[in-house]
Amino acid sequence: MPKVTIDGKEIEVPKGTTILQAARMLGPDVAPPAMCYYSKLSKSGGYCRTCIVRVTKMNSQNPNPMPKPVASCRTEVMDGMEVVNYTSEQVLTDRKGVVEFLLINHPLDCPVCDQAGECHLQDLGYENGSEKTRYDFERRTYDMIDIGKNIKLHMNRCILCYRCVNTCEQLTDGRVHGVLNRGDVAEISTFIEKAIDNEFSGNVIDVCPVGALTDRTFRFKSRVWFTKPVDAHRDCKKCSGKVRLWFKGAEVLRVTARKDQWGEVEDWICNECRFDKKNVSDWELEGPSRISHHSVISQGHYELAKLKLDTGRQLKNLKEGKQKSTAKK
Amino acid sequence: MGKQLLLENINTPGIDTMAGYRAQGGYSSLQKALKMKPEEIVEEVKKSGLRGRGGAGFPTGMKWSFIAKPEGVPRHLVCNADESEPGTFKDRFLMQHKPHILIEGMIISSFALGCNTSYIYIRGELLYVYHILEKAIAEAYEAGFLGKNIMGSGFDLDLYVQPGGGAYICGEETALIESLEGKRGNPRIKPPFPAVAGVWGRPTVVNNVETISATVPIINMGGDEYAKIGVGKSTGTKLISACGHINKPGVYEIEMGVPVEEFIYSEQYCGGIRNGKKLKAVVAGGSSVPILPADLILKTAKGEPRLMTYESLSDGGFQTGTMLGSGGFIVMDETTSVVKNLWNFTRFYHHESCGQCSPCREGTGWMEKVLHRIVEGHGKQTDVDLLWDIQSKIDGKTICPLGDAASWPVASAIRHFRAEFEEYIKNPQNIKDEKHYYNLRNQKAPVA
Repeated sequence: MPKVTIDGKEIEVPKGTTILQAARMLGPDVAPPAMCYYSKLSKSGGYCRTCIVRVTKMNSQNPNPMPKPVASCRTEVMDGMEVVNYTSEQVLTDRKGVVEFLLINHPLDCPVCDQAGECHLQDLGYENGSEKTRYDFERRTYDMIDIGKNIKLHMNRCILCYRCVNTCEQLTDGRVHGVLNRGDVAEISTFIEKAIDNEFSGNVIDVCPVGALTDRTFRFKSRVWFTKPVDAHRDCKKCSGKVRLWFKGAEVLRVTARKDQWGEVEDWICNECRFDKKNVSDWELEGPSRISHHSVISQGHYELAKLKLDTGRQLKNLKEGKQKSTAKK
Repeated sequence: MGKQLLLENINTPGIDTMAGYRAQGGYSSLQKALKMKPEEIVEEVKKSGLRGRGGAGFPTGMKWSFIAKPEGVPRHLVCNADESEPGTFKDRFLMQHKPHILIEGMIISSFALGCNTSYIYIRGELLYVYHILEKAIAEAYEAGFLGKNIMGSGFDLDLYVQPGGGAYICGEETALIESLEGKRGNPRIKPPFPAVAGVWGRPTVVNNVETISATVPIINMGGDEYAKIGVGKSTGTKLISACGHINKPGVYEIEMGVPVEEFIYSEQYCGGIRNGKKLKAVVAGGSSVPILPADLILKTAKGEPRLMTYESLSDGGFQTGTMLGSGGFIVMDETTSVVKNLWNFTRFYHHESCGQCSPCREGTGWMEKVLHRIVEGHGKQTDVDLLWDIQSKIDGKTICPLGDAASWPVASAIRHFRAEFEEYIKNPQNIKDEKHYYNLRNQKAPVA
């Protein structure tokens, strides 16, 4: 089994493991952020470039570094490989650049966005982004559209992670949506005169890292941090029936799938569970959910909100340790 | 004029037909090749030192030997005729006037690689060339050079031409494969490389038109003989499509190792700068490669004359060098504005970015907007540094080389002509005066 060292921590992993998976095994202090990679979907990842790391030693036979930063979600580990992530100033700077790119056309309308509070882009921007944008042009805009009865597509917020495309391709039959156009005007859309209408389509809402795909039955009902997550299950013929209910008072405002430490869905749920079963009597409650990743949802309620790390401070420390480069670029 | 291997007899009437091509000795190379063993052909190509003519310059023989050969799985050869780099038009010229040399090359290469189905993926805009190739393929079927049991050798080959939808990104080999399969032309994430899993997951070799055509003279004259042409590791001849402010723009076949100065000023080739103007800058290998100012393109930083070879043009790395690239030789005279030219290039990359990975998708558009602002006379003092920063954050962070290709022209233009950018920003009122820009290049040493 290949041994890999990430940020000075060594781990032995099965063959075929990617750097990102190995880093996740080591824990959240080492794991790079991932916006497009989704462990439950095959062929996902490689697009957003937020998980880039540098390989300082290829393998035990070849001690040379890789010339370019690599997408850790799509690079398999080799025996003796050495990877730097949070310990490298270069990687942090590169990632900061990627976050800036992701945000230049993002509307930053968090105050009116339903995803705020559980948005991966918010977390990413908070941990790795700059305080100010240098982009002073008009942002690209699209009209909001309804794709299907229960799903709203707000393309302005999309970061084109392709997760929803992969979900529909791999989870349901008869894919009806994809990416139109190219470049920075590429957009997620349904094929002409089609709606996303199948039993598992609601899962695209859960996989969307930003607020581009939102639940029309929950839109503008409440901020997510005012709702309390409770795990529940029911006997469902179509799916596992294991869900998370979001209560405000005694009312169920929203039903989602359960998510793991990395914000990824544990079991896909069907649309009936998600959109139609909003009475407490439909469910058998299991108890409050553990929100294991840091989130405003867990703030002071379930688990102490723990920042994974403060990249800004870390970058500063790294820079102070080294001679500050004065060469004008 | 040096040896003409590909463009030989190109002006002979009827060379685009089977009869005309065979009258000039066409398909003799194929007859010779079919008597050889496939491994011997690969060996000849290795001996010839032929390097990929599409831009990267990877040794073709080595690429061929990398192809996986699992039992019972068909292999494919794909010819990349999706030539869309601004400044490059050599493949179009060759296919339009001498389609049979490509088809002969395809048959030889397919035989060497053991492919029974091969494809020519042609750029969508070149529909008239597509019809020329279709006609030539029909002639080749009729003459028994394609189909079952070619010339009694027991080798079968079917050749198809597939026009693309007209996207630059489909010239990237994995995007080309996706497009050929009928999907959206997004580059794939490598590994796996096409040599292991390409078209329909089968081992695939993707080669440029010129590379495949070059196998014809290689088999004809032998790999050793071919390797004698050229300098060092740059062997053989190369098609250069020269354009810009020169007296004789066009496609030239040069022997590797012609000095750049001779290429620009000699009557055999470009014939000097138009209207007696001075040379300002050259983009030596299609819009993606770094632009070089006149002194650095004619002589390397060490003071040696620069030659038209892979090694000499890239001498000095990106600091003081460039690349041979795909051979799109763009010459600019003293009245050219490097900033405006760069804006034009960047606009192209913005338009052609596939939108798959974020640095290229967002960064190309951002660079174009900043450059547009500068060109319009509304540039800000910080814009040059901003551009430098954006390009450095795209370079090397993307899935495919389009991101690099978009960032290199920006980096090199700022590296060598920073003063011109600053002049644009400081004195926008002077923008219209075209004589103003000569000698506005950095007087200081080039920066990293």
